[in-house]
This record gives sequence, C-alpha cells and structure tokens, in this order.
Amino acid sequence: MQVPAQVEYERAVSVGHALTLLARYGPRAAVLAGGHSLIPMMKLRLAQPETLIDINALSELRYVEVADGELRVGALARHADLLESAVVGERFAILHDAEQVIADPVVRNWGTVGGSLCQSDPSEDLSAAFAALKATLVITGPDGTRTVPARRFHTGPYETVVAPGELLTEIRVPASPGGGSAYAKVCRRAGDWPLAAAGAMLAVDGGTIVEAGIGLTAVGSRHFCASEAEEHLSGAPATPERLAEAGRIAAQHCRPVSDQRGPASYKRHLAGELTVRALRRALLRARAGER
Amino acid sequence: MRITVIVNGASHTREVEPRLLLIHFLRDDLGLTGSHWGCDTSNCGACVVWLDETPVKSCTVLAAMADGHRVRTVEDLERGGVLDPVQQGFTECHGLQCGFCTPGMMMTARALLDRNPNPTAAQVREALSGQICRCTGYENIVRSVLWASARQAEADPARPGGPALDGRGPA
Amino acid sequence: MNAAGAAPGAYGPHARKEDARFIRGAGTFVDDVALTGMLHGAVLRSPLAHARITGLDISAAAAHPKVEAVITGQMLAEQGLAWMPTLSGDVQAVLATDKVRFQGQEVAFVVAQDRYSARDALELITVDYEPLPPLIDAKRALLDGAPLIRDDQPGRTTNHIFDWEAGDLQATDAAFAGADVVVARDLVYPRSHPAPLETCGVVADSDRITGKLTVWATSQAPHVHRTLYATFLGLPEHKIRVISPDIGGGFGSKVPLYPGYLCAIVASMRTARPVKWVEDRSENLMATAFARDYHMHGEIAATRDGRILGLRASVLADHGAFNATAQPSRFPAGFFSVFTGSYDVPAAHCQVRAVYTNKAPGGVAYACSFRVTEAVYLVERLVDALAIELGADPVRLRMRNLLRPEQFPYRSPTGWEYDSGDYPRTLAVALQTAGYDDLRREQAERRGRGELMGIGVSCFTDAVGAGPRAHMDILGLGMADGAELRVHPTGKAVLAVSCQTQGQGHETTFAQIVAAELGLSADDVEVVHGDTDRTPFGLGTYGSRSTPVSGAAAVVAARRVRERARIVAGAMLEVSPQDLAWTGGRWQVRGDPGRSVGIPAIAMAAHSALDLPDGIEGHLDDKAVYNPPNLTFPNGAYICVVDVDPGTGVVTVRRFIAVDDCGVRINPMIVAGQVHRGLADGLGIALMQEISFDADGNCLSGSFMDYLLPTAVECPSFELAETVTPCPHHPIGAKGIGESATVGSPAAVVNAVIDALRPLGVTHIDMPMTPANVWLAIEAARARDGRE
Ligand SMILES: Cc1cc2nc3c(=O)[nH]c(=O)nc-3n(C[C@H](O)[C@H](O)[C@H](O)COP(=O)(O)OP(=O)(O)OC[C@H]3O[C@@H](n4cnc5c(N)ncnc54)[C@H](O)[C@@H]3O)c2cc1C
Ligand code: FES
Ligand code: FES
Repeated sequence: MQVPAQVEYERAVSVGHALTLLARYGPRAAVLAGGHSLIPMMKLRLAQPETLIDINALSELRYVEVADGELRVGALARHADLLESAVVGERFAILHDAEQVIADPVVRNWGTVGGSLCQSDPSEDLSAAFAALKATLVITGPDGTRTVPARRFHTGPYETVVAPGELLTEIRVPASPGGGSAYAKVCRRAGDWPLAAAGAMLAVDGGTIVEAGIGLTAVGSRHFCASEAEEHLSGAPATPERLAEAGRIAAQHCRPVSDQRGPASYKRHLAGELTVRALRRALLRARAGER
Repeated sequence: MRITVIVNGASHTREVEPRLLLIHFLRDDLGLTGSHWGCDTSNCGACVVWLDETPVKSCTVLAAMADGHRVRTVEDLERGGVLDPVQQGFTECHGLQCGFCTPGMMMTARALLDRNPNPTAAQVREALSGQICRCTGYENIVRSVLWASARQAEADPARPGGPALDGRGPA
Repeated sequence: MNAAGAAPGAYGPHARKEDARFIRGAGTFVDDVALTGMLHGAVLRSPLAHARITGLDISAAAAHPKVEAVITGQMLAEQGLAWMPTLSGDVQAVLATDKVRFQGQEVAFVVAQDRYSARDALELITVDYEPLPPLIDAKRALLDGAPLIRDDQPGRTTNHIFDWEAGDLQATDAAFAGADVVVARDLVYPRSHPAPLETCGVVADSDRITGKLTVWATSQAPHVHRTLYATFLGLPEHKIRVISPDIGGGFGSKVPLYPGYLCAIVASMRTARPVKWVEDRSENLMATAFARDYHMHGEIAATRDGRILGLRASVLADHGAFNATAQPSRFPAGFFSVFTGSYDVPAAHCQVRAVYTNKAPGGVAYACSFRVTEAVYLVERLVDALAIELGADPVRLRMRNLLRPEQFPYRSPTGWEYDSGDYPRTLAVALQTAGYDDLRREQAERRGRGELMGIGVSCFTDAVGAGPRAHMDILGLGMADGAELRVHPTGKAVLAVSCQTQGQGHETTFAQIVAAELGLSADDVEVVHGDTDRTPFGLGTYGSRSTPVSGAAAVVAARRVRERARIVAGAMLEVSPQDLAWTGGRWQVRGDPGRSVGIPAIAMAAHSALDLPDGIEGHLDDKAVYNPPNLTFPNGAYICVVDVDPGTGVVTVRRFIAVDDCGVRINPMIVAGQVHRGLADGLGIALMQEISFDADGNCLSGSFMDYLLPTAVECPSFELAETVTPCPHHPIGAKGIGESATVGSPAAVVNAVIDALRPLGVTHIDMPMTPANVWLAIEAARARDGRE
C-alpha cells in the first residue's frame, strides 16, 4: 500500500489555536480535516506538506443548524452530518440529494464539508450544490473573519481564496422563500466522482421564477455555476420549455474536457440534461412547498 | 510522536511516525491483522474499523488522528466467546469466500444495524457501497446482514428486526 | 450418478469450515506473516512505456540509513537471474537491464527495515531513460517498420509472436459459400484485470544454515512455483518450501511468477533475512496479470430459416511486452477454439495471431478457463447479431441450434468432446425462471412509452478441469493432481491435496467429498493444502480445475481407502471381503444388515493388533494421482434484464437469471456463491472494468478510482436455478463451477443493452458499456437516423 512521505503533526484544540499553529508553521503546513482528499494525495506523494494541523478536535466547527431561516454548516461538519439533518432534507433538499451520491457512506462518515470545498477539486459535488444555493463562506484568519460568496471562493483547480494561515469556518445558505432545490449526478458506479452533475435552486411565485441558481461540476464551469442559464430563468415563467432552454444554455457555456471517463461532447450533453432534470425536480419541490 | 489509542477496550501507547496510517498501526504495531487493506485510493473498504462509534477507512486516517480515541476492529466483534449476530450471519449465509473483505464488511454492517436494526436489502447494499468484494457478488453478504437483523430481533423482541430468513436461500 | 455408495447427507449445504477464522479476523494472509528480523521490499517501476535505460544511480538510496540492500537488473544479470521464464515459454525481465517495455515495469528493488522507508528510498534512485516510440495498438505493432519491442531476442525482426488455428478452413469456407445469410461483427474484448481484493505478495525466508528457502506467497499453484524456483534459481527442490497461506482471491492472477517474488527471494539470500514484498494496488493493476485484450472478427453463416451452418473467427491477441499468458503449453490461445459454444455448428474455423505491445504482460485466465470467456462472448454476440439480421427472437434462434441431449458425448468441429448436458432444458428453465414472455410483453409496453428496456440471453459451454496429461502441461508439468488420505485410529481423516483455495471453500467441499465416500461426517475430515512440504504434487487451482481434477483424486484416494477398509472389515467380521457390500456408509455382510462395521471401527482395527489378511499392511491410508480423461463442460443459460436511461446512457441491471449445469453439486451453497461471484464479474466486465492506455502507453486504470469494480449497488439480487447432467467421466459426476458465470454472463449483459437500444438501431457497442460509450452509440444511431 502506498504511504505518505514524512510529515510533522500538530493537533489544534480550538480555532484560535489552529490559527496560531498555522501562523507558526507557515505556508508549508496544511490543514487536516477529514483527510479524505489530503491523505490519498499524500499517499500518492502528490501532496507533501511539512506539517499537518489536525482540526478534528474543533467540535466548535462541527454543527448543522438553521437560524433565522439561514442554514449554517460548520466547516468540520461531516458529510454524514448533513445527510442526517432532517431540516436540511426538508428545506435544502439539494444537499441531501448531493450527499446521497458523494463518495460512499464510510467516506461520508469522516470527510468534511469544509474540506470538500477547500479541496476545490474540479469535480467536487458540494461546490456545485453550494454554488446553486448561492451560499456564503466564512473564512477566519489572524485578522478576524471575512465572508466570501461561494461563487467567488474557488480560484482554480485545487485553489481557493483561503490564504495560508486562514481557515474556512462556516458555510451559510440563505433561506429562499417559495424555493425548491435538487441535485442530479451521473457517475460510472456508486461512490464514483461525477462525470457531470448539476444542482438547481428555484424560487417561484405563482407561475414565475423569482430566483434561480444552477451549479455545475466536472464540466469546467467557472465558479461551478451556470450564470447564463440562470439569467434566462429569473423573472421568467416556470414552463418546461424555459427549463429545457436553460439546460441548452448551461450546456453551451460549460467547458468540459475529454478524458477516459468520457468525451467532452458527452459531458456537455450531460450538463444540459442534468440541469434540466435538477430544475424540474426543484420546481416540483418548490410547488409542493418542499424546499 | 507518542500516541495512546484504546483499541478494542485496551489502551496502547506507542511511539509512531506522524505519517503512520491507522491501518498500519493496527496491523504492524499492534499485530491486529484482522483488518486488511486492498487499495491506495480509499475505495475498497477492506480497512474499515470504527473510530469511536463511526466506521472509517483506516487507510485514510493517520494513527496520530486516533490518539486519545477508541478504535474497534473485527477482533472485538466476538465478545465473551459469543459471536456477534453479524458474524453468525456471514457463516450461516455464506457471506464470505476468501474472507479478505469480510472484516470491513462486518464492521460496517454492525454499525448499520446499531443505527437501523431493520434495514431493507437496498439499505444494506447502499451502506456497503464503499466496499468491494470480489468473491460473493454481494448477494450473500446482503443476506448475511439481513439474517443478523432478524436474529437480533429474535434474541431481543423489544428491538425491531427484519423478517426471519433462511440464510441459505436458493441453491 | 453419483457417489455410488456415498454416505447419505454428505453432499448438501454445509457451513464452511474456513469461516471460523475469517469471521474473527484470524486468517493468515501473506501480509499477515511477520517474521523476526523481517525486511521490506519495494519495487521501482518505469514511468515510461518504452525507453532505453541509459543510466541508473542507486547510491543515494543505498545510503539511506534504513536501507539494507538495493538490487538492480545488472546485479541479477551477474547471477544469470535478470530474465525469468514465463508460463508461455518466453522470458520476462525480472529487473530491466536494457530497456523498459511497459509502464510499470520493474527496474530496481529496495530492501529496508520498514515499508515506509523502502518506499521513501525509491525516490532516491535516479534512472536515465531515452524514450522510444511506444506501441500500444496491437494492429500497429504488426505494421512494417514498427519499432521492435523484443530486441532482446536474437534474430527477431517483428513484434509477431505466433499464429495458431483450429478447425477445418475448407469446410467452413464451403459452409459460408452456401449460406443464405452471413453476419459479421468486430468485437473487442477489452483488457481487463482480475483484481482480487488482496494484491500479490511474498515473504521469502532463506535460511543460511539449513539452505532451506521458505516462500510464503499469494500463489494459486504452489507446486508449480516450487519447481520453477528450483529450475530458475538452481536450488535443490527439496530445499524449497512454498506456502500459500490464506489467499484473498486469485481469479487467475496468482498463477504466474512475478518479478517481485524473485526479487524478494534474491534479497533474502543476500541479506540472510526474511524479506516481505507486497505490491500496492497501482502496481497490481499496472504490472500484474492482465486478462483478455482480444480483438476479434467473427462471422456466422446460416440458412434463412435460422439454422447455423458455420462460424469463423480471426483474432488479434495483444500479449503485452512479454508472452506470459497462462495456459497449457500446447494451447497458445488457450481453449479459444471451443468457440462454437452450445450450438450444433457443422463447420468452424478460427485463427489467432498474437503480438507484443508496450503494455504489461499477463494474459492470465481471469476466471475464464483459458480464453473460453472470449470464445463464448464471440459466439453469443454473433448469434444475437444473426437474430437481428433474421428478425428472429434470439431465444427461438438459440433453441433451434442448441446441441440436443442425445448428441452427447458431442465432438465439436474444432475437436473438443463435450461430456454431457441438456441445453434446451437448461434454457427452458431460464426462460421460465425469468418469465420470458412476460418480460417481452413488458418491454413492448415500455417501448411504447419511449423507455429502453432490454433482455439479453447467453447460452454458454465452459471447458474446464485441465487436463489430460497427454495433451496438457504447463512448462512440461503434466496437469494431473495428487491426493493423500490418512484415516487416524479413531476414524478422523486428513486429506492432503495439491490445489489451493483462494476462497472456493476447499476445506469444506473436499471434506464433504471424502466424508461421502467413507461414511464420515465432513467435520471429521481435515483438509491440508497450500504447503508444498505437506501436500502431494499438483498443478494448482485455476481453470475451475479443483473439483474436476483434485476432487477426483480425493475420491479415488478415498475409494482406495474404502477398499482397504473392506479387507480389514472382512477380517473383523470373519467373512470374505467379497461378501461385504458398502451400504449406508458401512461395510455390511451381504444379506445380513445386522452385521456391519463403519470406518471408525475399521480404522481402529487397522491400527490394532488384529491379525490382518495377506496383502494389507495395517493402518488406513492411500493416495492417488488423477489424470483426467477429458475436460469437463459445465454449461448454462443466462438472462439479463436491463434498463437504459436514454438521456444519460446509464445502464441499470434490473435482474439476472442464471441456470447452471455443473454436474453433481457437492455443496450447493458454495456452488451458488461461486455463481454469484461470476455474475458480478460479468456485470463489471460488461459495464465498467477496463485497463486502458493513452497513446503514450500511460495506464489510465492504475487505481480503483478508474479501474471500476461493481459494488453492491450495481449488482441486482441474482436469481439462480440449476439443471444437473452428471459428468460421465468424473468419479462423482462433478464438472466444476468456479468460472462458469464469468464466462457466460458478459454476453448476456451486452446482449441486453443492445436489445434495449434496438428501437434506435444500435447493433453493437464494445465493452465496457460505460454511460459515455452507451450515449455515444445512441447519438451515432440518432445521427444516422437523421441522415436517412
Ligand atoms: C473514495 C472517495 C470518493 C469520493 N467521491 C467524491 C464524490 O463523488 N464527490 C465529491 O464531491 N467528493 C468526493 N470525495 C471527496 C470527499 O468528499 C472529500 O475528500 C472530503 O470530504 C474532503 O474533506 P476532508 O475533510 O476529508 O478534507 P481534507 O482531505 O482534510 O482536506 C482537503 C483540503 O482542504 C483543506 N482544508 C480542509 N479543511 C479546511 C478548512 N476548514 N479550512 C481551510 N482548509 C481546509 C486541506 O488542507 C486540504 O488541502 C471522495 C473521496 C474519497 C476518498
Ligand atoms: S485499503 Fe482500500 S479503502 Fe482502505
Ligand atoms: S470474500 Fe473475497 S473479497 Fe469478499
């Protein structure tokens, strides 16, 4: 079995302590959350940090709660925590849809929401889901906290706005009255990364779409979202034709690459197809008063 | 670094490299070779053990991360000479062939039944979907877990359980 | 037939004896072996598919404080050990000396005090490579002017390995010339990998004082390995002990010798310490034991009313960089020529051309009984293609052409003699279990709604139990197996067999075999295996040969013991042995049910002071070497039901019905388990498993993230049924079952998907039928439609 290169290890006991450690060890240190992206990369020696700052003891960052209609997820919440939260299932169904198909149940027990976002893998599912939900991310650093829209969090593959010395601490999802959301993913097998996936959030008033969010992953969309397709929907009537057209637009604007998992043409097709499927389901949920 | 891990109820203190993977700590340092490994990419689940109450892939957790925590492995399923119903189920229903995936499968199954004593076949399949078995086609693993569910219900009528099952199924 | 005189109740479901250790995590796999002072090896592998080695610097690695030795190809060459024999009579580099010929090839071996340090030290070795053009496509490897891969072989000018053919070309051409209909298909059986959950590994312990080499290895054929080590290393064979402890699945991948094993042995000899080497998963997938990679062109000829007249096939076989295919020596393409399958085909001819490419060597029998999987896939796809051409129902077409029971023993046009079977009944049972007519009705309804549902059928005949030693050997070792049976004074027995379980449950099945013959309980028979010092010689477990060959040896040994027991019983009961009959598991005086003795009493007597008649020396034991008169031919009929999502190309296997005839079933529970495994295998191969490469020869499937194996979610709950036609030449009528389902199932899945896509005009998709491949085929068909 492949094994990581040598590394130092520090266990943080609070957010403040973690920040101190990060400051002390500098840019060659890495935050260790669930480790389910970082440790595999270390085993393959694609990542060789000098020091690991283990944040698993920061129970203060492990929560899933709704306050003032807003969903707040601590960065250390495990995938399984999100899946177990009934209120998430009711009001932010997209997250349950997504979590059911992210990795597998055992990985979900340990991988964290914050780690997923910070990994910034171009195929990460939650990045698309939170992009669709227009979430806000809270970053804590030596100078206090700052917030960044999910759609400005990722700066490239495996890169985010989180600077060395900072921690992602919380994800906030605004309540969307009259809204419904859904996630649709195609992969080659249970537990596989997406060939393509789409998340959708729709707020409707009567027959009109008042707000639309569409997230896409694994298809090269900037910031994991399909803004042109969203524009086509906001303020428009919630008709099947509109949704279908939004799918076409989403497909047109993404930039997938061919690899052994499938050719770009297929992934582009999926971007459209899955966008429509997610939108339809989101609309049904919005209409059913589900959210 | 020095770590102390409570494995199967016994406390073990060892000097380890921070990079040491939990699976190697269990197998090589503690000699608990019941847990196996089968891949480099956290896909196969041969290494599943419990960290506190949660099944994890121990090839993707550092031993250092388990410092101060409890770990439960396959060696602790049988207690006081009594097999866990999951272990019985695997024998009754021919849920194993080469036995390499079995410890990981059983640890996940045990955790599933603790949370959901009466799962459907589909729920069992989903729960085990991060674990590969190359021998059984999963059919009898699913039956084994359902058998254990039914057996637990029989043993403890207060607990909801699955339907009584003839483990062997169709020949 | 069977078990003439078998004790009642000995056959049947019996919980496995081996389970007791596995459910407690108390098995002993190779990586569980920990010896005092043991060192750990790691292999440095080539990042390039084809390159000349121009420099190798190990000094930094050797200077690592925890490194005990670094071995290079040059060092091995000095001992004459740089090239090892393959199972196909070729040679393979143990550690590269001149060139690397595939990505992942072994270049150097580091031995360190622990596995982490060994891995670290690999990073300290520098190798200079001069890249050469890689040949990845088997067809291009044959072109004039293609780079020569095996320039190590003097006089070689091309990448061609062999041409091989079977059948009657003239008769086949005549059949095709006279046919109303000829249908052809190009079919790729992609490169696949058995990927047992346990990778390959070894612990080599060379004892400097006794000169004894003990090798714990993941070996499906410990006796063959011992002989190969003896001849290759020049060690006396009695000083080599190969132990195959518990093995985490093999599926053919643990038959060959691998360079890592030899490196560990050499390292142990050099350091005088035990050395462990266990490959990681990417090494396993990239360098160890590929299977298939057959590029086939098949043609089927028939009358307009659906009578098959002939079959032809020509195959390009990609053998990778070294010809290391595992099969009996005189069958370079394995048993591919059994490709007329379950049908009465008057004329057939096939030819196979093999080539070297810059890909990993192997060509192991991945649960395929030596290329029967490829053969069955070919004929089952061709029969479906014929059905499409004729507008016939694929089941009716099959029924019309299946061999009939009265044709057995049946000699196939390529020379195989099938033992027994009732193919029409087996298919009928499958149809009934599936509710075939209802499925077709449901399909019609769904098609009306634009849904894509498919029903695929595959009838197969496997050819297993290799094999008659006059025809079959591996590197000159005839494929007969020994068995030794001892009955202790209290009637408890120990059976030692040469074959080796990797999960098949030999400790239980073989105990049941002996128990049935001797009227004992299976719990009173211990099976010893997997240790060359403790077991008789034999060729190992693969090609579904354990029960057909070693199982038969166990029966013969048990029957010999029973005959000895008869003489002792005669002395005990004071009658002539001729007056005894074996009844209900005891020797009984004919016509006097009151006077009988069972084996335990006889065993005690045989060890006692009882005055024994002439010709028997006392004690109760015997042995046998079984040389099978023929292969056995398990067969079956499979039906797969799939749904295809037209918007995404995702295939869901909804049902899988498998009816198998493996002759007499010793432990039906274990038989069912074997079938389940093969069905999952077939589903995986058809839908997702593929070892693929880019144009530079980089392996794109080097981990379980990309070499996808089915999980519990992709597998439906399998529906099994059986027919039983005992094998007439096997002492208990058993045929073997280990590989049937892997052989038979891929075609059923593919046929089902193609059937689902029929309304769109799709007629073929190569495996694996990933969502992308299926969607591309749908798109291509739609584009064709648009043009028309
Ligand atoms: C087998 C397998 C299958 C998977 N399949 C999928 C899938 O289908 N879809 C999908 O979306 N994901 C998938 N994943 C990824 C999985 O969801 C993530 O690996 C995992 O949850 C990341 O979280 P983690 O806590 O393990 O992060 P870690 O591995 O601990 O960290 C990942 C990165 O984020 C940084 N980091 C972590 N937390 C913080 C923080 N709070 N602040 C700043 N930086 C931080 C780390 O330094 C590191 O660089 C899969 C993983 C595995 C092992
Ligand atoms: S060893 Fe494969 S998941 Fe841990
Ligand atoms: S029993 Fe062999 S891998 Fe599951």
